[in-house]
Amino acid sequence: MSISAPRGLASSGQKPITEILHPLSAAEEPLSPGPDVTVSGGRDKEVGLTNGTPVETPSPASASVLFNRLQLDDDLDSDGRDPYADTETHDLFVTVDDPKKHVSTMETYITYRVSTKTTRIEFDLPEYSVRRRYQDFDWLRTKLEDSQPTHLIPPLPEKFVMKGVVDRFSEEFVETRMKALDKFLKRVADHPVLSFNPHLNAFLSAKDLNKRQGLALLSKVGESVKNVAGGYKLRVRPPEFCAMGEYLDTFNQKLGTIDRIAQRILKEQSEYLTELREYGTVYASWAGSEEELQRPLEGVAGCVTTCCGALEDMSENMGQDFLPVLREYILYIESMKNVLRKRDQSQAEYEGRLEAAVLRKQEDRTPIPAEVEKCQDKMECFNADLKADWERWQSNKRQDFKQLLTGMADKNVTHYEKCQAAWESLITLLQDKQTEDKTIFHKSLHEVFGS
Amino acid sequence: MADDGREESLGTDDDSDQTGADGSLNNTMVEEGSTLMRRMEICVAEAEKRSGKNAVSMQETFTVYLIETRPMDAVAEGHNPAPDCLWRRYSEFELLRNYLIVTYPYIVVPPLPEKRAEFVWHKLSADNMDPDFVERRRVGLENFLLRVASHPVLCNDKILCYFLTEEHGWKEAVYETGFQAKADSRLRALSATFRVRNPDKCFMEMKHYSDELQSHTSQLLRARARVADRLYGVFKVHGNYGRVFSEWSAIEKEMGDGLQSAGHHMDAYAASIDDILEEEEHYADQLKEYLFYAEALRAVCRKHELTQFELEMASQDLISKKQQREELATGIVRTFSFKGMTNKLFGQEAPEQREARLKLLEDLIAEGEETVKEKTIERAEHVEKAWVDIQRFKEQKDKDLREALINYAVMQISMCKKGIQVWSNAKECFLKM
Repeated sequence: MSISAPRGLASSGQKPITEILHPLSAAEEPLSPGPDVTVSGGRDKEVGLTNGTPVETPSPASASVLFNRLQLDDDLDSDGRDPYADTETHDLFVTVDDPKKHVSTMETYITYRVSTKTTRIEFDLPEYSVRRRYQDFDWLRTKLEDSQPTHLIPPLPEKFVMKGVVDRFSEEFVETRMKALDKFLKRVADHPVLSFNPHLNAFLSAKDLNKRQGLALLSKVGESVKNVAGGYKLRVRPPEFCAMGEYLDTFNQKLGTIDRIAQRILKEQSEYLTELREYGTVYASWAGSEEELQRPLEGVAGCVTTCCGALEDMSENMGQDFLPVLREYILYIESMKNVLRKRDQSQAEYEGRLEAAVLRKQEDRTPIPAEVEKCQDKMECFNADLKADWERWQSNKRQDFKQLLTGMADKNVTHYEKCQAAWESLITLLQDKQTEDKTIFHKSLHEVFGS
Repeated sequence: MADDGREESLGTDDDSDQTGADGSLNNTMVEEGSTLMRRMEICVAEAEKRSGKNAVSMQETFTVYLIETRPMDAVAEGHNPAPDCLWRRYSEFELLRNYLIVTYPYIVVPPLPEKRAEFVWHKLSADNMDPDFVERRRVGLENFLLRVASHPVLCNDKILCYFLTEEHGWKEAVYETGFQAKADSRLRALSATFRVRNPDKCFMEMKHYSDELQSHTSQLLRARARVADRLYGVFKVHGNYGRVFSEWSAIEKEMGDGLQSAGHHMDAYAASIDDILEEEEHYADQLKEYLFYAEALRAVCRKHELTQFELEMASQDLISKKQQREELATGIVRTFSFKGMTNKLFGQEAPEQREARLKLLEDLIAEGEETVKEKTIERAEHVEKAWVDIQRFKEQKDKDLREALINYAVMQISMCKKGIQVWSNAKECFLKM
């Protein structure tokens, strides 16, 4: 099946998809589908180019074009697989690990090792290993936002931490932050458009990030979209974007609630733990004044202590794995809403300019300026990018939450399993003693009264 | 607990290899040659609210409990005769127990369930009219009767028998025993504790142990109540997940079903704590029984102090009287006495007066010697019988508490299994998201 709905293709020339050259590839290269994609029959097999002129598209590597290149079959998701799994190119792997503390006269900070493995030609070497600090990640994100404003940029973990309240150098904090940075980088590297961003390239490969040197290549383009004049008001937002906005608002609310519930549970568990510990010590001290009951009572005290340990482990896990992911999604939602707002502005600008141009045309026959068409292109690209990214995001979100919640369930199951094992071994101990006692008793009876 | 079941034999005719009420071997516990109560099945079947006028003619509401009894052999033979039954209220149980304590001061008398709900955690009502409390009290009263009826000494008591069989006229019978007059005054008991010189070492150790038992069980009960309170909070908060998952599922497409079902499991999880904690109350009741048993044990030890003290007093009195006689006979004053003083001041008395006083003293000394004999016997009997019962109590306590701990562990395991099930179910739902 050929592409039915236009995915925001450049309006200059309604060329069929097959004839539009990928902006980053050489002019003579024939357009061919990617290796993972099934091409259904009945499609136009004309893959040659009619002319060698690259199509002028506002963003050099827009998602729409890339997706069209790789996913030519609309029915790909009908067999139930995640439709976007195959669009990942899987030729860029990044990892964040190995935190180290650096102490200098001016400041103390943590750096992380960022390792890259890739087969992409955009990179000079197949492997890189550099050290980066949080500031560098922040820089990267800002640059991505600036240069790819039509895309959803994954969030970073929170920048500021209250000095007195959180220990920035504690193992837990560093561990949590590192995991979040790793996730951020992986999401960027997995993104079909963002992963080709030259800033990412620099981040992954440069020995020293000279952050002041902006890469001039893309800034111009980015700015043209960013500098949307403020005065335009949006008339009617397309329903799909309304739905997105509503979804995000509700989802944000629910996540906030879940965060509060999780925190409350942690608090209640902590108080329960305090009482449970005390409870265990009472058994132990009672054991001190008993003879026959000493071992059973000590056994119970031991079980209670084991349960305390199991509970502690689970609470720690929740704090480190569960809550940060929730918070991250809340940040993600914020940045997505921003992108939606920008899209709205881009639409507003286009409509405003169009209206003005139409009026002038009616007055004095001035033709509609090319600028207006450019705005339309921008808007349509924006819409396409956003829709594509939205679907990606939904799919990722589903996976992430599936993992998060099953993780939570697993931790609870493990906790109960540990407790159950402890109590079961106690019963064995106590019941053995009972049969032991009975055996001794019977034995002594036989001795006294004879068999 | 003595026995959960209703099958209860009150005593046995045989000796050694007899299985007692709780299934353990009972050979040391049966008194020889005692008249045993007929075999009887006892239970406290129901509780009902009544209204009536109390002693000061004010309207009050109280609960009565139905005691049913049935001869054991009839049941064993397969007949099913209707049980005899009568109603008793808590205060009558108290009266019975007070009677037993006074009449058998060498027995660790089984305790009654608590008069008012103590060691409550927030959800439990502290109201005596609360149906859960009444139900647990019913069980406690039955347990009391079963323990008393299976005690080798107490089971033979006539008043106990009337309590179980004579609805009216029982109270008169109790009062007629005059037990109230025999009760030791608290003041006497207290002064004995402070002034006794040579109490038996074993009894003193036992008294110390009873203090420890009391302190530990009450600490444990308090700690358990706090733990229950907190655990309740943890479970109930999870119920909020149920609600939010349900709301969230409304805006999702593929994830919706999985979330919704998982939410139901969270609701079930939150609700499960009520039954769990209700069951744990039985464990708390078992602990409470021994908390109160500690007091009964202590009472026996203090009775020993009293008998010892009285013996010491009587001996001391006899000695001083003998000394007085000696002084009177020999005229030598060895110890200070008022008579000695007045003699010195006002001169010695006439020989007839002396004779009279000497005769009086001889009588008093004879009496005193009788008293010392009595007190010695009293003390020795108490020591002997009490020690036997204390040993019996000790074994019973070790066995009961060990079983209670095992049951507690079983309860914990059951709770863990439920938890594993709920979270596994939730996990299944999450996987379907």
